[in-house]
Amino acid sequence: MNAPIVKPAASRAVNVQQIETPRGVKAWLVEDYAVPLLSLEFAFKGGSAQDPPGKPGAATMLAALLDEGAGPLDSQAFQQALDEKAIEISFNCDRDYLGGRMRTLIRNVERASELLRLAVNAPRLDEAPIARVREQLSAGLRHEANDPGSLAGRTWRARSFPGHPYGAPPNGTLESLPKIQRADLVALGRDLVTRGALHIGIVGAIDAARAAALIDVVFADLPASGVLADVADAPFGGIGTIETIDLDVPQSTIRFGRPSLARHDPDYMASVLLAHILGGGTGLSSRLFREVREKRGLAYSVSTSVSTLDHASFLHGGTSTKNERAKESLDVIAAEILDLSRNGPTEEELDKGKKYLVGSYPLRFDTSAKIAGQLVHIQMDGFGPEWLIERNRLIQAVTMEDARRVAKRVFGDGKMSVSIVGRPVGL
Amino acid sequence: MNSNQSPAIGPPANAPVALSESARMAGSPAIVDFRLDNGLSVVVIPDHRAPVVTHMVWYRNGSADDPPGKSGIAHFLEHLMFKGTKAHRQGQFSDVVAELGGQENAFTGNDYTAYFQRVAKEHLGVMMEFEADRMTGLVLTDEIVAPERDVVMEERRMHCDADPGAQLNEAVQAALFTHHPYGVPIIGWSHEIEGLNRADALAYYHRFYTPENAILVVAGDVETEEVRALAEAHYGKIKPRGEPPQRDRPQEPAPVARRLVTLNDEKVEQPSWQRCYIAPSSRTAEPGEAEALEVLAHLLGGGQTSLLYRSLVLDQRIAVVAGAHYMGTALDETRFFLYAMPNPGVTMETLDAAIDRILAKFIADGVDPAALERAKTRLVADAIYAQDSQAMLARWYGSSLATGLSMEDIRQWPTRIEAVEPAAILAAAKKHLDRRKSVTGHLLPLEEPLVA
Repeated sequence: MNAPIVKPAASRAVNVQQIETPRGVKAWLVEDYAVPLLSLEFAFKGGSAQDPPGKPGAATMLAALLDEGAGPLDSQAFQQALDEKAIEISFNCDRDYLGGRMRTLIRNVERASELLRLAVNAPRLDEAPIARVREQLSAGLRHEANDPGSLAGRTWRARSFPGHPYGAPPNGTLESLPKIQRADLVALGRDLVTRGALHIGIVGAIDAARAAALIDVVFADLPASGVLADVADAPFGGIGTIETIDLDVPQSTIRFGRPSLARHDPDYMASVLLAHILGGGTGLSSRLFREVREKRGLAYSVSTSVSTLDHASFLHGGTSTKNERAKESLDVIAAEILDLSRNGPTEEELDKGKKYLVGSYPLRFDTSAKIAGQLVHIQMDGFGPEWLIERNRLIQAVTMEDARRVAKRVFGDGKMSVSIVGRPVGL
Repeated sequence: MNSNQSPAIGPPANAPVALSESARMAGSPAIVDFRLDNGLSVVVIPDHRAPVVTHMVWYRNGSADDPPGKSGIAHFLEHLMFKGTKAHRQGQFSDVVAELGGQENAFTGNDYTAYFQRVAKEHLGVMMEFEADRMTGLVLTDEIVAPERDVVMEERRMHCDADPGAQLNEAVQAALFTHHPYGVPIIGWSHEIEGLNRADALAYYHRFYTPENAILVVAGDVETEEVRALAEAHYGKIKPRGEPPQRDRPQEPAPVARRLVTLNDEKVEQPSWQRCYIAPSSRTAEPGEAEALEVLAHLLGGGQTSLLYRSLVLDQRIAVVAGAHYMGTALDETRFFLYAMPNPGVTMETLDAAIDRILAKFIADGVDPAALERAKTRLVADAIYAQDSQAMLARWYGSSLATGLSMEDIRQWPTRIEAVEPAAILAAAKKHLDRRKSVTGHLLPLEEPLVA
């Protein structure tokens, strides 16, 4: 019971091996034999920010089609092959990357890597699954068309990043999806799915030599690189203004945010700490939780966090409150942000915030898939495995003086870009 | 602090799964259970891969135990459990958890209410101290209760009142269960939440929050004896009440009328279709029947190779998605769901008829042996995948035990899945996919004036 309060990181994750395969593909590996399975996570930089002009949704559509038939296997045959061995292969798309994951029982690892090799190198992109995925994405768009949370988020991104790919909807629009044809997807795949853009994390009951062989089977034959469009840094728009979308619902769903610090800014970890103090954690002890929910009963949830994309960094948050009290909620939030900017956090808040962020880090490493995912994200952020230790050291090093200074940088005049869906009263 | 709404349509993200014989031979952790003298059940799930623990306390009561007219009280009390005790001021527990870098939350289901923290393993004792304290020491004042009731109303507005899909789900459940309280939403009906007060919360608390009614689940980097010592030190000192509280629930009469529930709303741009049958749960089913229903749900609607997906989405192209889900983890008669989203221009009536034809053909043709093999492979493999997550294992054991299953039932589940015969699947389909036992739900745009 006298172990140190602060662990450097989860025990498994610190044993990261950086491997390079015989054919020159790099990956991070954590060997773990406790459970007979393997989790492989990977990502190709580039993503929906690379959607062709006028065709938002293309990269998402491509990701959705990579497990819909490959090589000699059509969609049904591919899915049945996965089922026969309970192998999981799936792909996803974010703004700056196209990601994938594979999970398999270790005894089926060879079949799993063969199927993943086909999906990554030889996706069929048959017309029938293209039409079906287009319909599925369209149904998803219609399904969330009047969902307050989705609508508020969509509106907030569009007004905060006007004219930039980050402002466009990653799942496309009902107008753009029909325009996306097979040729677009093939071209996009050629440019996105390349060795040069690839980051890999692998966790499970496998040693470095076998892991390297697996990675070569799956990834070594990919083209070295593709042609990616230049994405400009995104200027932040809509500051100091509110956009309201009228929807006949009893509650106002609010999204707010402002620019914040870049991922490699020396003050970045301090900005994460401040966003946590304002409205982070599991949410039961932040400033906004206390002021908005606990003291006033204004909302069920209220939270803030920082996001860093390759070309934009921002603080953002949200809440939902009944229409009659929307103004009161926004006023409370604005007052807390301004107070943090002017006065910084209290000693107690700073101390507690640091303890939380440091102490909770190991919880991000408690399953193989989560570890593999973390390994990929750390690589994409441009850090080495030492980040697993360095991250907590940087948080602990934040002084009160730093916190006050960075609070002014992050919260500034407190002005926000705000979107509201509902029928807010008094705004 | 969630109301764990019954899955509306579609399976929950992490459907409960079980360890198989092969899984255990393959090195699954040695899961141990025992009971303290005061009646508290304890389950220990060792997982030594990371220096963290998941500490959960499950109470064997949920929304279905809300007294008549007091819907939402189980869930409301779950919120109020964060408001402090004689020994600890409001927020102190949460502050300590946050300061230790932990995560915490709670959730309410039909049959259980659970509280959990995830922390570095050396803090397990501190978590137990606080959790044991609030099993008996809760202090509530009107000043605390009133704003929290507003919070719950906001939660309801956020998750239900602004979402026609959620409103239809509530209407379908209310139509399916005409008498049993599974028909009432976990979060409660608005007009009853508004009336809940301090006295209601305390009466419910004193009735159900007892050691005999609780299950402690600890998963993580711990040994059984260490957990036993800590549990005895903290939970062991709570006085027993003698008997566990009784769950007195009116049971559902045998259904005879198929029902259709339609919700039209101007916010709907994508229609959806669902059907919900009353079916036995793992606890109420005949031997082997729940396992047959589990396999049946997988064959009908577990992913892209399932019968409904292939037929409706790939072959007939009348739906964009389709699936099935069996909610076996329940104390009383439970639910078997089918769901689909139509392609543009496809009517609900077309889907109704097509799905009925698929079910009839399935029963007439019998089970495809290859598909059955794949389904079993998947269900049993899920058990091994589950071992990768201590939090998932803790939830699975807690929810199973809280709905009346035994440790042996949980251990046997994969073996029983492997033993499911085609005849049992067909028998289950014939008996339970009976439209007279079902409610069909249609979610549609506003097409015509509500008042003719």
